[in-house]
Amino acid sequence: MSIVAAAPTDYTAPGVEEFWQPLIGDGAWAITRPMFLMAFSIILITWWLLATTRKKALVPSKGQMGTEAVYGLVRNGVAKDLIGSHEFMKFVPLLFSMFVLILVNNLFGVIPPMSYPTMSRIGFPIALALIVWVVFHVVGMKKHGFIGYWKSLVPSGLPKGMIVPIFILELITDLFTRPVTLALRLFGNMFAGHILMVLFITGGWYMLTSGGILVVAGGVTWIFAFVMTLFELLVEFLQAYVFTLLAALYIAGAVADEH
Amino acid sequence: MQAVTVTAEGGEGFWATAAPIIPHPLEFFFGLVCFAILYVVVSKKVVPRLEQIYAERTAAIEGGMNKAEEAQAQAQAALEQYQAQLVEARSEAARIREDAKAQGAQIIAEMREHAASEASRITETAHKQIEAERQQAVVSLRGDVGRISTDLASRIVGESLHEETRQKGIVERFLAELESGDVVREKVGGAAGSQGGEA
Repeated sequence: MSIVAAAPTDYTAPGVEEFWQPLIGDGAWAITRPMFLMAFSIILITWWLLATTRKKALVPSKGQMGTEAVYGLVRNGVAKDLIGSHEFMKFVPLLFSMFVLILVNNLFGVIPPMSYPTMSRIGFPIALALIVWVVFHVVGMKKHGFIGYWKSLVPSGLPKGMIVPIFILELITDLFTRPVTLALRLFGNMFAGHILMVLFITGGWYMLTSGGILVVAGGVTWIFAFVMTLFELLVEFLQAYVFTLLAALYIAGAVADEH
Repeated sequence: MQAVTVTAEGGEGFWATAAPIIPHPLEFFFGLVCFAILYVVVSKKVVPRLEQIYAERTAAIEGGMNKAEEAQAQAQAALEQYQAQLVEARSEAARIREDAKAQGAQIIAEMREHAASEASRITETAHKQIEAERQQAVVSLRGDVGRISTDLASRIVGESLHEETRQKGIVERFLAELESGDVVREKVGGAAGSQGGEA
């Protein structure tokens, strides 16, 4: 904030309005730039996945090897390990789609000319979290039955007095905490990371152009902006991974024999 | 953050400054649709293809391993067969050597026997020949002795006694007597005189 204080005249720190980029129309039904980015990511991902798997080569090309590496990470590293080898295949398409979609849209945050993490618009993380929420409840109820699913929330062997409070806590976790944290975690990381980078870059630029001692501070700020970009890359990957991991964990919990 | 104002970036109004955790409805629905599209493509096309690749690769690796095991088993079998053949060949060789030894001994014995019989045959033949030659010599000598004696006697007597001697077999008789051992001394003169007288 000292940067802002040192430049009192015309520097405007980035705020939430940075993220509002309507292209067509305005208001609740405006078509926004992140929607275009989302559509572009879908085209990019489907093209890439179909192109690299068309040959189905036993000795893979570099592209196929990359796709197989990501697929192997989700299939074996996440789905198989968490859900177990009996039922995991059903959920691999869901988890794989989710992982690549989040990963590519997150990476858009540091790749020009997109330079915008789609998931910093909370509508998208909510959509994905909602899908996960519906899926893990539905598969849980299919497995245990409607009543059995709610019963399975409470661990067996509790003293009688504890059953009701534990059930209420588990119910809140299951219905509310899990989907909300899933969406908010992804949104928050992308939002905060992007606003921080915008601050470093625009603030650095402002100082570089202000002259005097501020030029040095501006240079240092830009170096930090570069470091932040690398850090953002890590965060973007990790958030995609964590989202997929938790989705698999919730599904695993729902289909598990014992909660 | 007091510097935040309505800005150049986007439009104006509620959405520009709305709290960032309020979802934009169209973005939310668009997100659902996009994910649905991606999910369909991934579950219908991408995952089946990748699973097929996985399965084929696994099969190829396992097939290769099976093939290698088969080859190893074949090599092992061939080695065992080879060793068995080697043992068989060795015993065969030993048997042949034994046979050859026995056969050689037999041949030597036969040869020895053969040589011995041959030698005895040759000896016998030589004996017979010597005997025959001796007989011949005896016969020839007897004739010569008779003729020489007669010649001598004829010189002494002065006339040929050959005819008479041959007629009377004097020499043969004398020699026969000589062989039998009872030689009777005869007076050459008397005999010659009487013989001459008789001739």
